[in-house]
Amino acid sequence: MSTITSPTSGLAGPANPTPPRARDKESISLAGKRKARQARGLVMPALFFSIALTQIPFLVTIYFSFLDWNQLRPNEIKFTGLSNYVTVFTGSEFFSSLVATVTITGSAVILSLLFGLLFAVLLDRKFFGQGVVRTLMITPFLIMPAAAALIWKWSMLDANVGMVNVGLKLIGLPPVAWNTDFPALTIIILLTWQYTPFMMLILLAGLQSQSREVLEAASVDGAGPWRTFQWMTLPHLRQYIEIAVLLGGIMLLQVFDPIAIMTKGTGGTKTLSYLLYERAFIGLDIGQAAAFGVVTVIITIVVATIALRTLFRVFMEGGTR
Amino acid sequence: MRKLRGSLITVATWVIALLFFFPVAWMVFTSFKTENAAAAIPPTIFTPLSFDQYAAVFDRGMASYLLNSLMASVGSTLIVLLLAIPGAYALSVRPIKRIQDVLFFFISTRFLPAAASIIPVFFILKTLGALDNINAMILLYAAMNLPIAIWMMRSFFSEVPTEIIEAAQIDGANLRTEMTRVVLPILLPGIAAVALICFIFSWNEYFLATLLTTFDARTTPPFLASFVDGRGQFLAVLSAASTLAVMPVVVAGWLAQKQLVRGLAMGAVK
Amino acid sequence: MLARRRALAIGAGLAISAIALSGCSGAGGGGGSAKEVTLTLATVNNPQMKDMEELKGTFEKQNPGIKVNFVQMEEGDLRAAVTADVASGAGQYDIVTVGAYEVPQWGALGWLKDLTPALESDASYDVKDILEPVRKAISVDGKQYAAPFYGESSILMYNKEMFAAAGLTISNNPTWQEVREYAKKLNTPDHAGICLRGKPGWGDLFAPLTTVVQTFGGAWYDENWKAQVNAPEFKEAVNFYVDTLKESGEADPVSNSFTECLNLLQTGKVAMWYDASVAASILEDPKTSAVAGKMGYVHAPTYKTKESGWLWSWNLAVPNTTKNSDAATTFVKWATSKEYQQLVGTTLGWTRVPPGARNSTYSIPEYKEAAKAFAPITLEVMNSVNPVQPGLNPQPWVGIQYVTIPEFQDVGNQVAQLVADAIAGRTTVDEALDKGQVIAQVAGDKQKK
Repeated sequence: MSTITSPTSGLAGPANPTPPRARDKESISLAGKRKARQARGLVMPALFFSIALTQIPFLVTIYFSFLDWNQLRPNEIKFTGLSNYVTVFTGSEFFSSLVATVTITGSAVILSLLFGLLFAVLLDRKFFGQGVVRTLMITPFLIMPAAAALIWKWSMLDANVGMVNVGLKLIGLPPVAWNTDFPALTIIILLTWQYTPFMMLILLAGLQSQSREVLEAASVDGAGPWRTFQWMTLPHLRQYIEIAVLLGGIMLLQVFDPIAIMTKGTGGTKTLSYLLYERAFIGLDIGQAAAFGVVTVIITIVVATIALRTLFRVFMEGGTR
Repeated sequence: MRKLRGSLITVATWVIALLFFFPVAWMVFTSFKTENAAAAIPPTIFTPLSFDQYAAVFDRGMASYLLNSLMASVGSTLIVLLLAIPGAYALSVRPIKRIQDVLFFFISTRFLPAAASIIPVFFILKTLGALDNINAMILLYAAMNLPIAIWMMRSFFSEVPTEIIEAAQIDGANLRTEMTRVVLPILLPGIAAVALICFIFSWNEYFLATLLTTFDARTTPPFLASFVDGRGQFLAVLSAASTLAVMPVVVAGWLAQKQLVRGLAMGAVK
Repeated sequence: MLARRRALAIGAGLAISAIALSGCSGAGGGGGSAKEVTLTLATVNNPQMKDMEELKGTFEKQNPGIKVNFVQMEEGDLRAAVTADVASGAGQYDIVTVGAYEVPQWGALGWLKDLTPALESDASYDVKDILEPVRKAISVDGKQYAAPFYGESSILMYNKEMFAAAGLTISNNPTWQEVREYAKKLNTPDHAGICLRGKPGWGDLFAPLTTVVQTFGGAWYDENWKAQVNAPEFKEAVNFYVDTLKESGEADPVSNSFTECLNLLQTGKVAMWYDASVAASILEDPKTSAVAGKMGYVHAPTYKTKESGWLWSWNLAVPNTTKNSDAATTFVKWATSKEYQQLVGTTLGWTRVPPGARNSTYSIPEYKEAAKAFAPITLEVMNSVNPVQPGLNPQPWVGIQYVTIPEFQDVGNQVAQLVADAIAGRTTVDEALDKGQVIAQVAGDKQKK
């Protein structure tokens, strides 16, 4: 759980309390059982709440996925077994949708992580107007995502009015038809802009939790800033990077507003979540949408399990106090 | 020499921050233009500015939507804190069997995309007679944010020095005292951080709000989206509405940012 | 000690908030008292509906005891929310705004109240005044399931100054081949030749494109519901559209629908535009348009048919799940009546009277004067379209730029995405339409039962 057992924040705890005397086995296990009951009692409310509000809809979704149900043909609802799932996997769109999801989500996660790291490094020092800069940097994350997508579509990336093309013209480059020629890039730009603050905040926290004494010792020993960064900071940041990627990835997987507003799924931007939205609200096919949803959950579980078991092993330990 | 380098880095930081913030600044600037000026090619900088768009937004009655958003966001955040703090405490400090499975279960509730679950949720709420009901939205948002809150809180709790907790236990503190007197005060910055993130997610939630509410419980995001006009220009008035909608969150973010960074610094992950 | 007090304070605060919250049902203001009826109206955010909301006070004064709450949404959200509500019988909306595409289908499903008795029994409402094509498109078996408050067809709009500068003239009924030539000649670095919609969507790109297909002799389906998407005529039409865009179209065509092209026209960045007739009223508004007075309007370009304008109307309908059927019908009648048009004209301005719904609108003297630049062409075009057989061959549905079947939203959308890929040069038109044929045939088979 903790790689460092003593606090780095300088809290003065009681100096080396003596460990509890060894009691006999029975009373240890009794105390242990009581602790376990208390612990369960603390977690139960959250667990019940979560189960009630998320699993019941999920079960209903699974049930719907076995129905042939078009919203505009409500008199023809019938049980159809696995045929919706067959449609999901044999449809031409599924594979390209997976590719689009990996491309767009993956790029957005990686790019926002890199920019977030850069910004966090820049902010991890005292300078004039630090608070203002921090607030400026997190604002993109605070704007309603659909509004941000509209602003980018109309004010930034529009081929005629957009500021990006105006900027390109100023430095002598030809204007770019962002949506027509680079739809996936358009979405990735928007998502990166939105999620960089999220990554930045987490990584900044990681940077600020480094032990100053250790860093100073390293520089006294003659390590330059780059080497310190590479060999001391990055390993320390590893766990922060992991949670940032995990939470950010989960949220980015669900995003479909920018795609609905800017590209409407053309040009390799039809991610799983947008495809699902299309099936549900344009195809009006509730059964198919539910099947897509279940398949998405299964895929995400598989990917997340692999990620957590192999890459993020450090992270999952705990509860040994 | 060091000072010069420091100043250069500061200047570079400011430039990057301003560039990154530019789309937001441009949005605010657009909100003061007329629709024509907002759509002008090339984009106008020197154009008469006015509050007309803001007046148009208020004429549409933004107040009730803001109030609903406030209720939904504050309410769901409070519920999340009530559930996540004890839960995360248990998962980090007390022995629980199969802690990994519990944690994984929580985060897996976030794997189902909203578009798949919304029709089932719609039917459930319809059966319960809870459509267009702000309390239903509060509960849904709480369920939506709970997993993230638990994961982040758990790491904060893991950060609390073992010595402090053991000392409290030796002193004979029971569970309640242990939590409230000893641990919570240390964690207030972390709690503030999680509360702010939950607030942001609830405030900006658009999809469920559009389909599960109609008038009484309508929150701000559907109100913003309603400015999109299929047969006319709308960029300036939409910018005004977006600026108004983001201001409460920016203020909250500004106030909490010190807490935010300190809180996250106390250990977003260990 | 301090921590304990703080904890107590936090706990108390939470409890109070929880109690306060549970007492609130929402800040929108819950239902009215027993005598008062509150109608919830779902609508799209068009200028005509914005005006209607502004004027609802007049209705409420004339009908004490009825309050109307407007819920405005963007078109896609409106469709999703209203479909979910009406299809599931949730009954949240007392009045819904539906397009000409939905009305016949929902009427046939029994979801909408048959308004024929209410409208015909009131002589002053003058239901025969409604434009004939519009009325045909929203009726099933003689029963009218909605009341139109706004109608549009499509016209070709051109900048007269640019035409004069290039030495070109255009007839009132141009052909597409002529238009393409003009576009080529008018395509300069300063302004594009023509603006055509390229945004993927059955109502975006395929509204104008379907009319092009039909005037080239093609159609989505033949009389027996066999899909015709990769038939030679359809291919020719789509190739024509895509090539015209490539030669003389605006930059970034896949982004563009109505509003984007409107911006380009208003700022003089494009010479011609083929789109909805209501654009004319916006372009002629001297307060906001830089090209007011400089525009000319002619019929939609044709090839093998006499006319090729589309037909769309936004209509108010009363779902059968409403608990306030009479009050809702009263409002629907008020909002689509001749009196309402007079109200808009005298209170807000004559150019804001909703166009394309009633013949009598075009006889109002003040309207004729204020809208003289665009009213005649609108009336001419709207009365000339035939939603029963817009193309060369008979078709088993009523509707011009859409196929009035539930699956068409999906089919039109998917084929539009394929065509958008072709516009962007990622696939060829042939590949796109071959794939589209498969998709369309699946839907066509469902109709054959």
